[in-house]
Amino acid sequence: MREMKLFGLGMLYLFPTFLILGVFLFYPILKTVQFSFSNVLDGGIVAGFVGLEHYLSLLSSPSFLNSLKVSFLFVLYTVPLTIILSLFLAVIANEKLKGNKIFQMIFSSQLGISGAASSAILLFFFHPTLGTINNVLGFIGVPRIEWLTSPDWALFSVALATVWMGLSLNFILFLGGLQNISEDLYESALVDGAGYWNRLFKITIPLLSPVLFFVTIINFINAFQSFGQVDILTEGGPSEATNLIVYSIYREAFMYGNYGFASAQAIVLFIITLVVTLIQFKVGERRVHYQ
Amino acid sequence: MMKKIILYILLVISAFFMFAPILYALSVSFMSAGDVNNAALLPSEPTFQGYQEASTRIPLVRFLFNSFLIAVSVMIGQIFLCSLAAFAFVFIPFKGRKVLFILLLSTMLIPFESTIVPNHVTILNLGWLDTFQALIVPTLVTPFGVFLLRQHFLTMPKELWDAAQMDGCSYFRYYLSFALPLSKTILGALSIFAFISTWNSYLWPLIMTSNDNVRPIQIGLKMLVSSQASTNWPIVMAGSIIALLPTLLILFFGLKYIREGLLSGSVKG
Repeated sequence: MREMKLFGLGMLYLFPTFLILGVFLFYPILKTVQFSFSNVLDGGIVAGFVGLEHYLSLLSSPSFLNSLKVSFLFVLYTVPLTIILSLFLAVIANEKLKGNKIFQMIFSSQLGISGAASSAILLFFFHPTLGTINNVLGFIGVPRIEWLTSPDWALFSVALATVWMGLSLNFILFLGGLQNISEDLYESALVDGAGYWNRLFKITIPLLSPVLFFVTIINFINAFQSFGQVDILTEGGPSEATNLIVYSIYREAFMYGNYGFASAQAIVLFIITLVVTLIQFKVGERRVHYQ
Repeated sequence: MMKKIILYILLVISAFFMFAPILYALSVSFMSAGDVNNAALLPSEPTFQGYQEASTRIPLVRFLFNSFLIAVSVMIGQIFLCSLAAFAFVFIPFKGRKVLFILLLSTMLIPFESTIVPNHVTILNLGWLDTFQALIVPTLVTPFGVFLLRQHFLTMPKELWDAAQMDGCSYFRYYLSFALPLSKTILGALSIFAFISTWNSYLWPLIMTSNDNVRPIQIGLKMLVSSQASTNWPIVMAGSIIALLPTLLILFFGLKYIREGLLSGSVKG
């Protein structure tokens, strides 16, 4: 009897949470699976099973294959660079110096700035004739670069913007990781006569590996799900050079109205995210150094 | 000494790259078109024209109000719903809570972006397109928020709960008079997260709204960019500054909370 009562009470507390997660996460992911195998009409009406048709047309769609390719390239451009730069920021801002709180604040600032605002600002910086970057480069004699309007540069430019926007989150995670490392370790290393670089690579980096591992997962997923900066900076162009997968899903579903085809793409996105998370968990477990 | 000087130089250069673009956007927002064409560093004659024109091209005040309404509602909802769920997971010993907790964690593996198509249909069927509900209800609870608070509740001393139970304190009373008040820091962190991430969300309001009456400021920014890009930069910069200022200020004042929250939710957890 008491058990029933406790169960009822527990459910009461959890009901709003599972109602919302159920309606807006569990149900739609299952529905996405269904859509991806169906002919879906306007308003989400399922009008018959089509089997693997959408998936097969994904494989033969140059637009989707390109989208997959640029999404992975985008991950490659953004993730390592973001991690290296933000680790650097965390290491220099963690030194005991006067004023380091101010620097920590500045390095965290992007966390409080929306992707849309940062992108709108960078849109100006990237502008070919009036933009700040070309003005500065022109000053040292570099010819004008079509950052966002040339198919050769656009993906790189959006990646650059994404790195800048992503530094703060990583910085905070790394700084926290650094501050969790015990002072004693450094002191005994100093007694042993270890130099700065030795301490950095023999103590700091190995002890930071759990954070490093976690940050890598977050960055991969964030990069793979980028949308706002693409919509504001390039709208997927020029000639689909920046048509990242979420933008592709958005375009397919909400501009062209192909719900079924868009859902098949969404399932691909879901599976890739899932596989990467699981692989990183497995590999991470073995490699990571725990204190 | 030498090391200090090098560190300061590195810090200043890094800070410049991180923040100079924002300061320059602020400067451009007060410029005339002539200054922009001359690539001026500071406005020759500071003017509010960019801000004025931005507010005639889009209903700026309306959009700001909408963003505040949506972000505050989500924030309040998350504080209560996430803490209720976390409380049940930690303090109420009912059968099946382990399974439910794993179920909750597994939702973290579902990217919201992969569910937008059926979610759009759901909102359509509920008749919620172009309403505030559509922008508020789906994020009233997040698995991350529940997880964050659960980790914190687990650290509360067991003796306190035992003593309260002896005095005949009910679960709900304990939740209200002990669990919540003893979690101010972490609730502060969650509030800041909820506010900032709602204020800054972009994809969801983009597909949910076609009506200026409910649109948030981020979508307004997109409207400014599409109507104005490459011809009138002070307007776009003014819009950006307005969109980023509230959350940037919150971040600066609440950074301590955010760091504590992020670290207890991720690294230590």
